[in-house]
Amino acid sequence: MRIDDPFAFPFWEAARRHELVVQRCGACFHHQFYPRPFCLACDAASPSWVVCAGTGTVYSVTTVHLPLVPGITPPYQVALVALAEGPRLLAGIIGQKVRIGAAVRLAWRERPDAPPLPCFTAEGENA
Amino acid sequence: MSAPLYIAGVAETPLGEVRDHNELSMVALAAREALAEAGLSLRDVDGLFVNYMGEEGSVQVAEYLGITPRFSDSSDLGGAAFEAQVHHAMAAIQAGYCEVALIAYASRQRTRRSRSVAARAPAMGVPIMYQFEDPHGLPLPIGRYALIAARHMHQYGTTREHLAEIAVAARMWAQKNPKAWARDPLSIADVINARPIAEPLHRLDCCLVTDGGGAVVVTTAARARDAAKKAVRILGAAESHTHWHISQMEDLTVSAGKRSGAEAFAMAGITPADVDVLEPYDSFTITVLMALEDLGFCKKGEGGPFVASGALRPGGSLPSLTSGGGLSYNHPGALGLLLMVEAVRQLRGEAGARQVPDARIAVAHGVGGLFSTAGTVVMGRE
Repeated sequence: MRIDDPFAFPFWEAARRHELVVQRCGACFHHQFYPRPFCLACDAASPSWVVCAGTGTVYSVTTVHLPLVPGITPPYQVALVALAEGPRLLAGIIGQKVRIGAAVRLAWRERPDAPPLPCFTAEGENA
Repeated sequence: MSAPLYIAGVAETPLGEVRDHNELSMVALAAREALAEAGLSLRDVDGLFVNYMGEEGSVQVAEYLGITPRFSDSSDLGGAAFEAQVHHAMAAIQAGYCEVALIAYASRQRTRRSRSVAARAPAMGVPIMYQFEDPHGLPLPIGRYALIAARHMHQYGTTREHLAEIAVAARMWAQKNPKAWARDPLSIADVINARPIAEPLHRLDCCLVTDGGGAVVVTTAARARDAAKKAVRILGAAESHTHWHISQMEDLTVSAGKRSGAEAFAMAGITPADVDVLEPYDSFTITVLMALEDLGFCKKGEGGPFVASGALRPGGSLPSLTSGGGLSYNHPGALGLLLMVEAVRQLRGEAGARQVPDARIAVAHGVGGLFSTAGTVVMGRE
């Protein structure tokens, strides 16, 4: 998959280093994801990229029974993860099933034709 | 106070599986039938409102119908577009930009088999979703509705049985509607035991895929004076949307309908207690549950017990989904227009075996996109 989004280039460059980055506003320190050229909270220009701690909690999760991801046999879970920094990220769950409220941490799914994809795994599970 | 506006004509296109028409000929049939109800013809239409009719949809439909509207609108608010377009048509008519607004839609999603998961695979060229969401395999649109349902269940104790009751109520109404696609008896257990697709949503929590569409004519009292059938007054209309990507939806348990509902009810000067018939968009069972709460028919979080009381069923305290809805009547990709067709027929007393006695105020509540958009229209019998 070719990612043709110059504005998100720093995100995928960081992903190659297994770093999850989001934007932080220099004026009000609000974190946001996905990236935009302004702060959604205070409208200041040019938020900068910062590396996330890689921890979060499951805000919601569904178990999917359709074969939509090459190489992944259903059922599999997809969650909305609230990052420790605040923004929510839609992400696949790797390993054991999780429930809403569960603590999760960052895990990477390597892809042959695209940068690593940020996913999450239950806290305490070996990635 | 602006001059009152009316829905002076409504019609369904052919429904179910349509093998002898295309989308444009379906729209033409419904438009002519709805205009005839209003005592008008295609020549009178000077405002045209469509969605999902292809690129430059209103341009294509106008050419096909042989009209040159002076107000033209192809706003895409998903399945709620048509309620929003009543709102747009009111604004346009009140501002003097048009007098006879035709809102129309048709789809052959079933016979074209265009609704398969494969056909909705990752949309390349959409810069945000294809890189950040699609690779995780969350099906469109059901995966988003599933996350919302899961959060609602976690936060408020809503159960799958609660959601199943909505499908069962819709089926009970469909059994009274000869045009309904699915009319076999349906039990809570049937819904619970259907195959899972994106948990907690299973197969029978999902709307049908059928062909169909319809037309609605919005106009003034003066232009509707020759109407063949009684025009229904538009008491209020409003629209809203909250997000496109599910990661951007601020609270998964509160939909755009909270705002469109409050604004439409305020314009109409009504409260939920005044509503005799509710036509909520039932793309999925959870869509209805959220609408009941966000429109104020029960408190937030109490939608489960509310539906479990049988409120939505024939004879219930809030007759809803009276055509059988998208779950059991028809769901031609976008249901919003047909919600208004049914509401108008209920207010006119034309609904036959499914008629709600003495229906005076009806609400059509469209929901579209990825639980993104809402349009609410309050209608009243004069």
